[in-house]
Order: sequence, then C-alpha cells, then structure tokens
Amino acid sequence: MLQVENLTVYYKTIRGYVRALEGATFTIADGEIMGLAGESGCGKTTLGHSLIYLRPPMNYIGGRVVLDGQELPIWDMEKMQEFRYRHVSLIPQYAMNALNPTRKIGRMIAELLESRGMNYDEVLPELKRRLDLVQLSHDVLKMYPIELSGGMKQRTVMVVSTLLNPSLLIADEITSALDVSTQKAVCEMLVEFRDRGFVKSTIIITHDISILYQIADSILVMYAGQLSEKAPTETIFQDARHPYTRMLIGSLPKVGVRYQEERLLGIPGSPPQLLNPPEGCRFRDRCPVAFDRCTEVPPFREISPGHSVACWRAF
Amino acid sequence: MAQEQPKKVRSEFIYFAWRNVKLRIGVSVLLAFVLFSIIGPFLAKYDPLEYVGPAGAPPSREYWFGTTTFGQDVFSQFAHGTRSTLIVGLLGGSLGTLIGILVGLISGYRGGLLDEFLNMITNIILIIPTLAVLIIIAAYLSVRGILTESVFIGLTAWPWAARAIRAQTFSLRVREFVDLARMTGRSSLRIVLTEIAPNMMSYLLLVFILQFGGAVLNAATLDFIGLGPTKGMSLGLIMNNAVLWAALQLGMWWWLLPSGAAIAAIVGALYITNVGLDEIFNPKLREM
Amino acid sequence: MLSLERVTKVYRLGAFGLQKLIAVRDVSFEIGEREIVSLIGESGSGKSTIGKLILRLTPITSGMIRFEGTDVSTLSGPSLKEYYRRVQGVFQDPFASFNPIFKADRVFRMVRDEFYPQVGMREWNEKVEGALRAVGLNPPDVLNKFPHQLSGGQLQRFLVARALLLDIRLLIADEIISMLDASTRVDVLNLLADLKARGLSILFITHDLSLGYYISDRAVILYRGRIAEMGPTEKVYHRPLHPYTEMLMESVPRLDRKWEEEVRMEREGGLAGPTGDGCVYAARCPKVMDICTREEPELKEAEAGHFVACWAK
Repeated sequence: MLQVENLTVYYKTIRGYVRALEGATFTIADGEIMGLAGESGCGKTTLGHSLIYLRPPMNYIGGRVVLDGQELPIWDMEKMQEFRYRHVSLIPQYAMNALNPTRKIGRMIAELLESRGMNYDEVLPELKRRLDLVQLSHDVLKMYPIELSGGMKQRTVMVVSTLLNPSLLIADEITSALDVSTQKAVCEMLVEFRDRGFVKSTIIITHDISILYQIADSILVMYAGQLSEKAPTETIFQDARHPYTRMLIGSLPKVGVRYQEERLLGIPGSPPQLLNPPEGCRFRDRCPVAFDRCTEVPPFREISPGHSVACWRAF
Repeated sequence: MAQEQPKKVRSEFIYFAWRNVKLRIGVSVLLAFVLFSIIGPFLAKYDPLEYVGPAGAPPSREYWFGTTTFGQDVFSQFAHGTRSTLIVGLLGGSLGTLIGILVGLISGYRGGLLDEFLNMITNIILIIPTLAVLIIIAAYLSVRGILTESVFIGLTAWPWAARAIRAQTFSLRVREFVDLARMTGRSSLRIVLTEIAPNMMSYLLLVFILQFGGAVLNAATLDFIGLGPTKGMSLGLIMNNAVLWAALQLGMWWWLLPSGAAIAAIVGALYITNVGLDEIFNPKLREM
Repeated sequence: MLSLERVTKVYRLGAFGLQKLIAVRDVSFEIGEREIVSLIGESGSGKSTIGKLILRLTPITSGMIRFEGTDVSTLSGPSLKEYYRRVQGVFQDPFASFNPIFKADRVFRMVRDEFYPQVGMREWNEKVEGALRAVGLNPPDVLNKFPHQLSGGQLQRFLVARALLLDIRLLIADEIISMLDASTRVDVLNLLADLKARGLSILFITHDLSLGYYISDRAVILYRGRIAEMGPTEKVYHRPLHPYTEMLMESVPRLDRKWEEEVRMEREGGLAGPTGDGCVYAARCPKVMDICTREEPELKEAEAGHFVACWAK
C-alpha cells in the first residue's frame, strides 16, 4: 500500500524553480492499478520518478512517501538503493531499448541480481516460471537482445522488473513504442502480475487514456503539477467532478463518434508556465466555471469513498 | 511579451558566455596577442634583421628580449614575427575553412555521385602525409612568401573540416524543416545557404578556430625546418634560427623561449576558446 | 483527384546498397474531391512513405501517381513547383518543421518569395492574417514569434495556414496531431473537418483508429506496405473483412468497449524482414491457409466500395 502526503518536487533551472509537482496527496491500496493521466507538463513523470529516482535537476522540497507502513527516504539517493528493485521497481520508457546489447539476457539478469546481493541460481526456478507465464521460451536467457522482437523484449523487461515481487511497480509509458497487438499483451500482463500477487500496487503513467480505461482500477488526473481528481475508472468516465477531467474526457475521439454526429470540443488555451505559476488552482484560466475562490488552492478532498477532487465547485 | 523572449534567449547566451571561464581566458589571451601584433612592430625600436647590438646579450633595458648571436634585437624580431604568424594563421585557417565548407555542404546535401567523388578527393588528401608534400613543394619553390605559405596550409588542412561538415549536413538534410522548404519550391542551392548553413553557424565557428590554430602550428613547423617564407620574420623562424645557432647550449634562453611560449599560448588559447564555445553552444554541457 | 497506381518504393540499405527494404508495394487507391481519406497503419506499414511519395519528398521506385490527370511521379523544376501550389503537407513534429533559429512567420515569407513575389506587402499581410484566422489563430498572438514560444497546437495550425495560403486542393496530414496534447487534438481535427466542408481533400495518415473514425469518409488499412482493406469508414470499422483489420479493431484500446477475454490469438510473427512470396500477413494470420504462403492476394471488391486483399474472403 502506498501513501503519498504533500509530495512537492521542483526542478532547478538558471531562471529559478520550476514547480513541477505541488503537494501531491493520495493513496494506492494493495492490488490497485492506478493510472496516472495528464497532458505534457502535468507532472506525472515527475511524480512517478520521484518515488524511485529523485535526482538532479529534480529537487525534493517536501512531503512523505510511505510504502507498506515504512517511510521511503526518497530524498536520499543512496538510502533509496535498498528499496529500489526490491520494493519499488520502475519500467522506464523505451526500456526495451535499454537492454545492454553486448550481454545475453541471462547474464544481464545475473549481474543485476548480484548487484543486489542475490544469487542467480536461487532465483532461476522462479524466473523460469515467470517466463512461462508470459509465453517466453527459456532459451531467451541465452539470447542477445538483438535476437528478440520488440514485444519479446518488452515482456522480458517486465519479467525482470517484477522478479523480486516489488510492492510498488511504476510503469512509465511502456506501450508507446509498441504495435497494437503487443500493446494489448503487455497491458494484460500487468493485470496478470497483479492478479498473481507478483506486484501489490501499480502506477501506470501514460498519455493514452484509453489504455487506462481498459486495465486501470482507478485514475489520477493531474494538471500543471497539481492533482485534479482521483476516482475509480468508471467514475472518471461517467461522473467526473473536476472541470478539467470532464473536458478532457469529453475531448477524446472514440470509435462510434463521427464529427458529423457529435462535434467534440477541446480545451482552449494552454497549460501555464510552471516557473511562476498562477496562484491557486492552476486550471482557472482555462476553466469555464472558475470563480473568485479559485485563487486559493483547493485541497484534494475526498467527496465520496475512493473519489477525491481538488475543486471548489465540486465540494 | 513578444519582445521579452528573444532578449532572454540572447542574454542567456551572453550570460553563459561571460560565465565561462575557459572562454574568458582564451579570448583574453588571443586579444592580447592580436593587440600586440598590431602595435608591437611600432614598439620595436630596430629592424628585426639588422645587427644593432652586442652579440648574444641577455635581456636588458635597451634590448628587452636580449639579442641574438648576431646582435639582432630579439624583441623586434618577436614583434614582427607575431604579426606574421597570426596573419598566416588567419589566411591559412580561412582558406582551409572555406574549402571545407564548400566541399562538405555540397557533398552532404547532394549525395550521390558527386558526394562519392568529393569523398574520394577528401580521403586522398587526408591520407597524404601533408608535411612531406609541403616539404617537397616548398623545397622546389625558391622564393616563398607569406601568401604562398598560407595557401599551402589551407589547401592541405581542409579535409577533416569537410568530413565533419558533410556529416552535419547529412543530419540536417533530413530534418523536416528542410522538407518544408522543398515543398515551398525552394531550389537546392538556396536551401543549403538559407536553411542548412545558418543552423551550423556555431559549428562553423568552431571549425574556423581549430583551423586557425592548426595553421599557426603548421606554419611554425614549416618555419622551424626552414621552409617558411624566404623573406620576413615569423615566430617559427626565430625558433629555427635559435636552434640552428645552438641558443640553448650556449645558454641564450631569451632567444628561444618567448617565441616558443607565444606559439604555445596562441594555439592553447584557441583550443581553450573552442572548448568554451562548445559548452556555450551545447546546452547539455553547461554546468548548472 | 489524386490516384496512386501500383506505387512501389524500395529502399536500398547496407554497404553497397545490396539489401532491399520494400516499404510500399503495389499500392493503388484514389482520393476524390472534398473527401477525407484515412491511411491507417502501424509503424512499418509504409503510411508515412506514401505521404512522402505523394509530396515528392522521396523518389518513387515504380508505379504512377496522378494528380488531376497528370503523372506527377517524375516532375521536377517549375512543374513540380506548380504541383506544390495544389498539394501540400503537414508533418508529425510541429517543432521540427520550423527552422529553430528563425521566427515562425518566416514560413509565410518563404511562400511569398517563391509563389507570390509580385504581391504587395500590405495585401500579403492581409492574406496571411486571413489564413491565420481561418485556422482559428489570433494573428497578434502568434506573429513575430520564435517557434519555441508557441505551442505545438499553434504551430500545427500555422502550418495548415501556410498550406491554405497556396490555395491547395489536397492536404497530406501525416500524424499531425499525435504529438499534441489531448485537449488540443480535437480542435485541430475539427479544423480539418471544416476545411473539407470548404472544398479541401485530405489524406489523413494515422495509427490511431478512433481519429480515423471521427473525421474520415473512407479508410485504407495498410500492413507492411500493402493495402489489406479499404472502403467507407463505417463499413471498414464495423464490418471488417481482413483478419488484420479484425485484429486491429479488437486490440486497439477503445473507449466504447473493453477488451474481450477471448480473442483470436495471433501467431508469433518473429522478427521483421522482407517477406518472400505470399500474403504479407501470413506469418501472423489466425486464418492462414496454404495458398496464403504461396501467392499474394489481390485487392478485390467484396461489396460496394469495400475492397479487401485476402484469400479467405
């Protein structure tokens, strides 16, 4: 179970601090797959990465992260080493291209385990079981990355990242470079891993909300570094309370909707600069229902079980 | 709002330019030498080749850098020599850069047979031991001037620049803004001049600086082995003479040292400037 | 208006250019007046290559591209320039389409230099402002700025405005909204739909099925350089005939329905590579038959306007 309280992370630049993540507070239960959605610059990548690799130019400003009752020292890169891979694991974007081309897969895994003080031979039986699960032959361990297809590499990376049964898995845009059928297989694999208890909580960072519709239990929507809304997936799509969420969902084309029948609307304007962001709710310049209270930051408050919103209008 | 951003971009550039210690050191040293090369000869009291003083005298108030075995004023030689060394560096470096740009841009943008042909020429000249060729050519010409020397150096130093510029052109050629220019019906020549070359400006500047430094070194080498200009003075020539007449063995360090140090300083300053500029132009290298 | 006839593009790779990569093979389709045609395919399908071939940014290996009756596949010089008056393109990365060291409006100046040198400055500025407004941009907000000062959505519209300045008949839109944020995508899409209503035809190249459904009249499904299926959008989407199209419709994450548990499993395709004889999809097709590995199916009309290249149909 993951509890994040008031996590604030800024980027240091010569012009000052870019307020990329402001006061994030939320919880992910065991077995929950939470999608982290938002547009570019919303802070989802900052949030995902600060839970495991908070390094310059990211600067820890404040907040707590508690995993399974234990506080994670995210501000200390060295102390976090103990938690990385074992308790918190990350599948970065383009991970499948990050496999060392000069190492056979098996050797790479062995080196990785040894660096954590673990024995490859002890882990091997479980590793083989996992490979079976994702329909990869054991021969993969004797191959070089170049011999594998994109989908096979992605599945390999997923097995390796979850080998030690981390409590928290962060998947950062893992489907962006894949073709459609592999995308589906990889998404279903994430669900499978959760169902079998290999992973407790999962965060899926993506800009493709339709994937979240398919496999996420809940979705956390972010805007310009602030949390907008977190709710079960169905609720986000049927009954969102934050104006941004509603407009965002409303702007998504879907099969079944043609412009002649129903013209979708976008959100005019663009996200604010985070160097000197506006006071209060950062969406208010583009929000159709903003009023004077919005110059004060709305708290991220639970309005019904499992459904939190940061909007004065929603309270 | 519209005017703010461009100023910020420019001032950010200048901010990093000023902050960059390497650039400051390099440019300062270079400017000092350039200044010296302009006013130096006026400060020189004597004609560099005339026998004016006591033979082999150490530095004194009369002869600031002492005298040579023949009683020539080393400082006067040094002042004139610096000027001519810098001129050769400038001319030779410019020629090398120019040829490199022409060949690089043309073969990089056109590709095909023309590229193959120019590539072949580039490789041939690259492989030829240029010093050996220069020695042979220089030995055949009985009268050589600064211009001749600069041309030699320019004609043999361009291949690496052409290669590098060709590679840059290749990568720029497939960028989408080039496609856009093609779709606007622009001719290839115009695209190369107005789209590609401007994007390489910083790189071309770096190439020129390296060519300058290389030309100075090449000239010094040629002069040192006696194949420099038949008349006139240069830093390499001073060193040549000094060694020829056993300056070190005879303890006449003042004859050899200034020129050698000056060449090292000029070339060193150029290279440091190059590194500094690279840091400025490449945002990823900037220290933050 | 535009027709591709057996268009093929082969790239030569490797040392001495001995290896061949067949990006597009024997592709034929048409785009009519006032029509939006979606060219749908995944990476490696050849869709962007077709866009580049039509825009003459890369030479054609064989086949013909006809625009209003004339073969444009071998044009050059002034006649090519005339072609560009009628056909233009907008690409995926808005920032890459602009030369970063110049201001964004330079693209308009380039158009004037090349195509309208005789037009006076005042008249030209009015024309530019008109084009900007036609794409939903406010001229004072976007003129005189550098590309990095504008957003991706604004830059894409800028490029559409540039194309409009030339009074084009056909616009090739190659993944133009895939790099834009979700909230601005639909605005650019709506813009394309409005332009069609004003007489423009558009070839909309995309990998995103739902976008194709939203705005296109006809859809062409590409797989590895060959057309698998094409026809009116509703028919292709709701009653797909080709196994690949069926797989796409089922595997793409959609917002109107969830993935089904039981799905026709594709076979493991293995590594990519130029296929030999037979259907390009044979290695992965769940319905593969013996003939599929030997002979390549031709595109046949299965019902009115709906074509498919498959032995099983």
